[in-house]
Amino acid sequence: MNSQLRWKFIFIAAVILFCIYGLIGVPTFPTSSAQVKQNLSDRIKLGLDLKGGSHLVLQVQVDEAIGQRCDQAVDQITKQVHEKNISVGEIRRVDDTHILVRNVDPNTSGAFRDLVSNQFTDWTLAPAAGETNGYMLGMKPSIVADIRRDTMDEALETITRRINALGLTEPTIAFTGRGENEILVELPGEGDPTRAKSVIQAGGQLELNRVADEQTFPSESAALAAHGGVLPPGAEIVVGKAESTQAGQSPQPVYYILDRAPIITGQDLRGATPAPSSNYPGQYEVRFQLSTASAARFGPFTEANIGHRMAIVLDHKVYTAPVINGRIEDSGIIEGNFSQESAQDLSLVLKAGALPASIKYLEERTVGPSLGADSIREGVRASIGSIIVVMIFLVIYYRLSGVNAVVALALNLLILLAFMAYAGAVLTLPGIAGVILTIGMGVDSNVLVFERIREELRSGKAPASAVAVGFDRAFLTIIDTHVTTIVSAVFLFLFGTGPVRGFAVTLVIGLLSNVFTSIYVSRAIFDWHLSRMDRQAELSI
Amino acid sequence: MEFFRNVNVDWMGKAKYFVALSLLLLAVGWFSILRNGGLRYGIDFRGGTLVYVRFSGPAPIDQIRKGLQAAGLPNSSIQSISDNVLNGNSQNDVVIGIEKKGEGDEALDASKQAILDVLHKTFGTANTAGKQDFNSITPSSLAAYLTQKDPLSLSTNAGDRYNQIAQRLTDARDKEHGGIVTNFDDLRNVDGATPSVLAALKDGFALDNFTIRDVEVVGPKVGAQLRRQAILATLYALAGMLLYIAFRFEWVYGAAAVIAVFHDVLITLGFFSIFHFEISLTVIAALLTLVGYSMNDTIVIFDRVREDLRLMRREPFAQVVNKAINQTLSRTILTSGLTFLTVLVLFLMGGEVLRAFSFAMVVGVVVGTYSSFGIAAPIVVLWNKYRGQGTAARAGSAADKRVVAAARR
Repeated sequence: MNSQLRWKFIFIAAVILFCIYGLIGVPTFPTSSAQVKQNLSDRIKLGLDLKGGSHLVLQVQVDEAIGQRCDQAVDQITKQVHEKNISVGEIRRVDDTHILVRNVDPNTSGAFRDLVSNQFTDWTLAPAAGETNGYMLGMKPSIVADIRRDTMDEALETITRRINALGLTEPTIAFTGRGENEILVELPGEGDPTRAKSVIQAGGQLELNRVADEQTFPSESAALAAHGGVLPPGAEIVVGKAESTQAGQSPQPVYYILDRAPIITGQDLRGATPAPSSNYPGQYEVRFQLSTASAARFGPFTEANIGHRMAIVLDHKVYTAPVINGRIEDSGIIEGNFSQESAQDLSLVLKAGALPASIKYLEERTVGPSLGADSIREGVRASIGSIIVVMIFLVIYYRLSGVNAVVALALNLLILLAFMAYAGAVLTLPGIAGVILTIGMGVDSNVLVFERIREELRSGKAPASAVAVGFDRAFLTIIDTHVTTIVSAVFLFLFGTGPVRGFAVTLVIGLLSNVFTSIYVSRAIFDWHLSRMDRQAELSI
Repeated sequence: MEFFRNVNVDWMGKAKYFVALSLLLLAVGWFSILRNGGLRYGIDFRGGTLVYVRFSGPAPIDQIRKGLQAAGLPNSSIQSISDNVLNGNSQNDVVIGIEKKGEGDEALDASKQAILDVLHKTFGTANTAGKQDFNSITPSSLAAYLTQKDPLSLSTNAGDRYNQIAQRLTDARDKEHGGIVTNFDDLRNVDGATPSVLAALKDGFALDNFTIRDVEVVGPKVGAQLRRQAILATLYALAGMLLYIAFRFEWVYGAAAVIAVFHDVLITLGFFSIFHFEISLTVIAALLTLVGYSMNDTIVIFDRVREDLRLMRREPFAQVVNKAINQTLSRTILTSGLTFLTVLVLFLMGGEVLRAFSFAMVVGVVVGTYSSFGIAAPIVVLWNKYRGQGTAARAGSAADKRVVAAARR
C-alpha cells in the first residue's frame, strides 16, 4: 500500500470512528449493550410523527393588544381634556390604531394640539378628513411594531411558564416563523392535549373590583335602566360566571355593576394554590396570596368597605362577589365549582401570569403513542428489509465490486445518522423519504461507476486504467446529479415548512456523504484491491 | 452477471409513441381528477378534523355512524383502513373525518371534541364506571396514580420505581398490544407488574375497547397557507434546478428536464385520483422525492449526451441521444429496478402512515425513469431539429456554437 492510499484509509477510519462515537459514545461512554441502545435512542431524535405526541400551532391575537393600547389612550385623552378644560365633541376609537376627536373648540384647539404632541408622543396628529375642527390620532407604525413584538414575546414567555408548570416532558415552545403571530407548541408523548390546550388558552386575568351597585341584574339593559340609562362614572357592567345553582336548572345570567379600576390585579399575586373548598364539600377553590406592596393597599381598602361587596373577576367574568366581613390583609379565595384538576390548573395559570392577548388554535396534530410505535417499527423494518435486498442484489450482480458498493452504502447511512445526531436534527417521516432518496442515489452512484468501468474493460483497457477512467467519467455525472438535487433541497429548506424542511435536511446531508462514500471511499477500496492483485488478473465486477 | 450489453434501440424514432402514451396517461388521470371534482386534498391542505380510531375487534362502523348522526354530525365520513396491504382483512381501524368549510377555528376544535364524545358515549365503559380508561392514559398520569396508590408499599424512591413501572406498562400496551389492552391479565409478563400492581390497575381503571391513535385538526386558513407554501417551495426548487442545468448544459436541457419532471408529477397526481389517495404533506415529500429522482435520471442521460457529442461530431443529433440512452440503459434499469423494489416493499409493508407516500414513489419511480428517455430527450432532439441543427457538430456546446456563428459571418 503506498503512503497516499494509507493516509486515505486513515482518514476514512477516522470518519467512521467519529460517526460511531457520535451515535453511541455520547453522553457517557457505553459499557454495556443496554447503554449503547440507550445512547443511540437518545442521539437520534424522532419527530412527533414517529414518536407520538401533540403538535399545536396557535395564533396570538396581537391586534387585541394594540386595540387595548388604543382604548387606554382614549381614556387618558378624555381625562386630560377634561382636566385642561379643552372642549371637544367626541373622542372615539375608529379602529385598532386610530382615534377620532370631533368638534374641538377652535379656541382650545391650540391647547389640544399641545396636549397630544407633549403627552401622547406615540401618536401622530392630523386633521380628520371631512370634519371641521376634527382630528385623527394615529398610532405610530414603530409603536405598533413594538407592541406586536412585545406581545408575542410576552405570550411566548407566559405559555412557556404555564407548560413548564404542567410538568410535561421536553416540550418545545417557539415561534413557527411561518405565518404572522404564530407559536408552535410540541408536547412529545402527550396523547391527549385537551388539558394542556385549556391551560395555554386560559386568559388568566384576575381583577378584584369594588361592586358599585349592591344589586345584580338579569340583563345588561336592566342594569342600565336601573341607573336611568347612564352608569355611575368609572363603572362598568360585567357578566357573572353562568352556572346553575340547582341541578337541572339552566343557568340564569347575572350582571354586576363594578368600579372599572381594579383594586388588585393578577400582577399583585405572590402565589396561588388549590385547596378543598371550606364552604362546598367536594368542590375545590383557589387560594391566593398578595405581595406585600399590594397588601398594604388591600388592608385599608377592605377595612373601609366592610359590609360592601367585592367582585373577583377572572377573564372579564365575575366568579364571586362576597360581602367583605372584616379587614383582609393579603389573601383571598376564588370559589367557582372547581374540580381538583381545574383548581390546580387555575392556580398554575394565575402564578404564570396573564396572556397579553387571547389565542386561537390553528392546528392540532396528536399522534398516539401506539401509532408512533407502529410507524417506526413498520417504516424501519421495511426500509432495512429493502436495503438488505438491494445489497444482496449488488453483490450478486457485481460480485466483489458489489461488496465495495455495500460498504459504501452502509457507510453512507452511518454518516447520515451521525451527522443528524451531531446537528441535533430530528428524524421525521418526510425525513425517512429523504433517506430513501439518498439510498436510491447512493445505489445509482455506484452503479454509474461500475457500469462505466465495465464499459472501459470491454473496450480493452487494463483493470487499473479502466477503474481510473470509470471513476473520472462517472465523477462528472455524479457531481451534476448531486448538485442539482442539493440546489433544489436548499430551495425547499428556504421556502418550505416543517415537513418539507425535514426532507430537505436529510437529503442534503445524505447526498454530501454519498459523494464522499461513492467516490472517495469506493475509489480507495478499488485502489487497494488493484494494488494487491496481479496487473493482468481480471477485475471482479 | 450482466443483463444488457450492446443494446441498440432507436429510442428517438419511437418518440411519438412515448408522447402519445404520456398524453394518454395524462388524459386518463386528469379525467379522473375532473370527474372527482378536483384533487383530493388531505386534512393538511383542506382544513378539518380527523380522528383515527382503533378498536379491539372489527370496527362497528354502523354504530359509529348512528352515534355521529345522533350527535348532529351527519356530514362526517367514516373510512375503514387496514394496517397492512398484505393483511387486508384486518377491519379494526377507522378514520372519522369532518370537514368544516368556511367556519371558524373554534368549530373545528368543537368537532374533534364531538367525535370523541360520541365514541365515549357509544363504546366507552370507563366513564360510566367512574374509572379512567387505561388504554388512553399517559405514562406520567399512570405513574402519579400508582405512586398515590402505592401497591408495592414502597418506602423509598417510590416515585422513580412507579415511573419505571408505568413506562413499562404503557410501552407494553403500545408496542405489544397495538395500543389496546383487553384484559389486565395480559400485562402479567411486564417487568414489575406484580399481582398487587395489577390489582391496583383493575381497581382504578377500566378498559375501553377502542383507542385514539391519531388526531388532526387543521384550520382552513392554515390549510390554504400550507398548500400555497408547498407549491411555492416546489416551484422555487424547480427553478433552481433549471438554472443549474442551464448553466452546466444549455438552457434547453434545463427546460426539457423540468418539463419532464412536471409531466411526472402530473401523471402521479392522476394516479392518486384514480386510486383514491389523498394529497397530504407527506405526499408532498414523496412528490419532491420523485422530482429529485426523475431529475437525477434525466441528468445521467444528458451527461452522456454531452460526452458523446464530443466524440460523434458528424452523426445526427438523434443518433447521439439514442446511443447515450443505450449506453446508460443498463444503469437506468438497475437503479430504477432497485429503487422500485425498495418503495414497493415500503408500500406493501410500511404501514398505514407511509401508504400514500410509498404509492407516490412506486408510481413516480416508473414514470420518472420513463420520462427521461420518453419526454426529456425527445424535447432536446426536437428543439435541435427546429433550430435546423440536425447534426451533432452544430448542436454541441456553447463554444461550438460560437465557432459556427463565426463561420456564418
